[in-house]
Amino acid sequence: MTNGRVLVVDDDPSLAEMLGIILQGEDLEVTFCATGDRAMEAFHDSKPDVVLLDVMLPGIDGVEVCRLIRAESTVPIVMLTARTDTVDVVLGLESGADDYVTKPFKPQELVARVRARLRRGDDVESESITLGDLSIDVSGHVVQRGGAPILLTPLEFDLLVALARKPWQVFSRETLLEQVWGYRHAGDTRLVNVHVQRLRSKVEKDPENPEIVLTVRGVGYKAGPA
Amino acid sequence: MIEQLWGRTERLAVRCGVAIAKLWRRSLHFRVVTITVFLGLFVALGLGTYMYQRIAGGLASRATSIAEHEALNQRSDAQSQFNNAPRTDIGSLRAIAQQLAVSVGTKVGDQNVRVVITRSPGNTFPPLGTISTKPGDEKLIPSSVRGAVRKDPAHAQLEISTMKVDGREVPSVVVGARIAIPNAGNYDFYLVAPMTAESQMLGIVRTSFLLGGLVLTLLLAGIAYLVTRMVVTPVRDAAHVSERLTAGALNERMQVSGEDDLARLATSFNAMADSLQRQIRQLEDLSKLQQRFTSDVSHELRTPLTTIRMAVDMIHASRADFAAPVSRSAELLSRELDRFETLLTDLLEISRFDAGATAAGTEPVDLRDIVTRVVDGCEQIATAQGVKLRVHSRRAAIAPMDARRIERIVRNLVTNAIEHAERKPVDITVGANPTAVAVAVRDYGVGLRPGDADQVFNRFWRADPARARTTGGTGLGLSIALEDARLHDGWLQAWGEPGNGACFRLTLPVRSGQPIGRSPVTLAPDDSSVGLAMPSGNSLTIGTRVAGAPRPGDGPGGGSGDGSRDGSRDGR
Repeated sequence: MTNGRVLVVDDDPSLAEMLGIILQGEDLEVTFCATGDRAMEAFHDSKPDVVLLDVMLPGIDGVEVCRLIRAESTVPIVMLTARTDTVDVVLGLESGADDYVTKPFKPQELVARVRARLRRGDDVESESITLGDLSIDVSGHVVQRGGAPILLTPLEFDLLVALARKPWQVFSRETLLEQVWGYRHAGDTRLVNVHVQRLRSKVEKDPENPEIVLTVRGVGYKAGPA
Repeated sequence: MIEQLWGRTERLAVRCGVAIAKLWRRSLHFRVVTITVFLGLFVALGLGTYMYQRIAGGLASRATSIAEHEALNQRSDAQSQFNNAPRTDIGSLRAIAQQLAVSVGTKVGDQNVRVVITRSPGNTFPPLGTISTKPGDEKLIPSSVRGAVRKDPAHAQLEISTMKVDGREVPSVVVGARIAIPNAGNYDFYLVAPMTAESQMLGIVRTSFLLGGLVLTLLLAGIAYLVTRMVVTPVRDAAHVSERLTAGALNERMQVSGEDDLARLATSFNAMADSLQRQIRQLEDLSKLQQRFTSDVSHELRTPLTTIRMAVDMIHASRADFAAPVSRSAELLSRELDRFETLLTDLLEISRFDAGATAAGTEPVDLRDIVTRVVDGCEQIATAQGVKLRVHSRRAAIAPMDARRIERIVRNLVTNAIEHAERKPVDITVGANPTAVAVAVRDYGVGLRPGDADQVFNRFWRADPARARTTGGTGLGLSIALEDARLHDGWLQAWGEPGNGACFRLTLPVRSGQPIGRSPVTLAPDDSSVGLAMPSGNSLTIGTRVAGAPRPGDGPGGGSGDGSRDGSRDGR
């Protein structure tokens, strides 16, 4: 009985092994993959609940692997990156990652992120929200526009639900980080920006003129008129 | 009402004057054309006046000599008519004189010529009366001519006067001589010849001179305009191209045509641009190389460090299972690894700045939110150090900023202040004005020595190398903060006095690309001692002593002994 399955894609054997030790200590089942080329294969074989993905990989690089996984699955992806430049981080997030940790990270930090990604699916009460012309079935994890389902990753779904539950409230980026990503302390607000862009590209009719997720200048975001 | 109008006119005149003065200063074209027009006008006026004078003089002398000649002819004609008069009674003489006066116009060929015959003074014969061509003509004769004729009757007397012809005053020649009429004594014979033709001719000359002068001046202005344009246009092109070059369009070049001086200007300008472009390319390549290197180093160092980090944490977590020396070693290992990590992060950050590989992703943020977050985060350390944090912010201070970087600066300033506050409160002031937002962090602790404020931003700088490194800063915190401020086109400035504490102020422009007018919060307690105008462009520091403060080494305790500050001022 494990708490979940984690796929670690990293080319550094020591780091991978160390990650394994830490994660197994948290009762997680860990599988490893050392190259980008075999990442998809390993993904299909292990069917993980969370993917830990290094950005720099031999063969196909992490950003590309992330895009490939995202093309067929909504599994949570956490990127491991050594670079903190905005461009690199944003590139990783835009390719579909849900979160990222910067090397060097503390074990607790990593475990917290993985747990936050695994935490979902706990709320059982059925709830359905209508936002604009979208209908959201919270327990069923389905978003529909006029009967046609829109495919969102769990994190995008959580973001949309968090905003839609209180359409009158303006959420600051920090609040959203805490509610959706589960960060206790100030994290990186770029996460929020990129995910809002991604969410908009899926749920808005015209992402340039959003009607569902609105920006409140200098404050944050709010859900559009319900 | 009139005063109002006058005031308006005056204001309008002042505005026009200012506009023209501006044009004069800024446009070479305008200046050259104006100078040419004025010089042309001056020359045309001078030359025209001189020539006009010469022509007028010539015409007048010719007219007088003709008039004199005519007068003498008429006089001898009249004399002979009187001498040959068949009857010499007063009536006949009068008729002859009348005939002479009336017919003079026909004889001379100018109907405006007048003849006046008056009785000379001292004539004792019975008077004939005054005879003239038209009644009242005797008024045309100036008394000076009459006097001259009386004094010297043997010669013809000449004078220039004026008379009315067709309602216009025309200069005229008055010639006087004496005739002797048998049985009537001496009479003065005057001929008045108006210079109608001459004055008409002079009028034509004047008009054509004026017209000619005007045309000449306009022509000169046109020529000056064209010639200046030939020179100014390439110069303006050069200015335009160099502006584009400055703006970053390095491929911009001037057009070269011909082999003249302007072509040489263009050629050498292009050569300069080529050389600049080459050097900039080289620097860019170098920067890219360094950027790449930094990125590689970063990755290569961080991956093993991550493994070590996790391993150390595991050992540290189970240190209770080890013997005391091993357990203590695990603690030391963990603590120093933290330091190593911070230092590595800072070093990589600095080298990224040096490589020019940083870009700020800005969006409008309220500086007060950042300050609140930082203060909340620092509250624990502050309480542990016995320092009270006081935030003063009234107005929203929204400006475009990279919240992560600005938060890093503010956190750095606040933790530094806490460390150096010596249990006294720390004031954090947020302000905004139309051009800038600012936050100042003021402590009342050890302060800075004179001159230190210039150096606190230097890498690894410490005020007193002997001072124990208790704070654990890397010595790079303020350098990174300064680079972050620069990235925002902002100012980061320091002020401090020994014993009176220090103040660090971050000022950011409200609109990116627009210079900061002045910072909305004060840096030094007496801002006048620092100067209101901050160095333009960038975040240089100004550290000055307040008037009356001791110079370094000036008096007892001036330069040493009093609290020196850990230059790193770093809390990260």
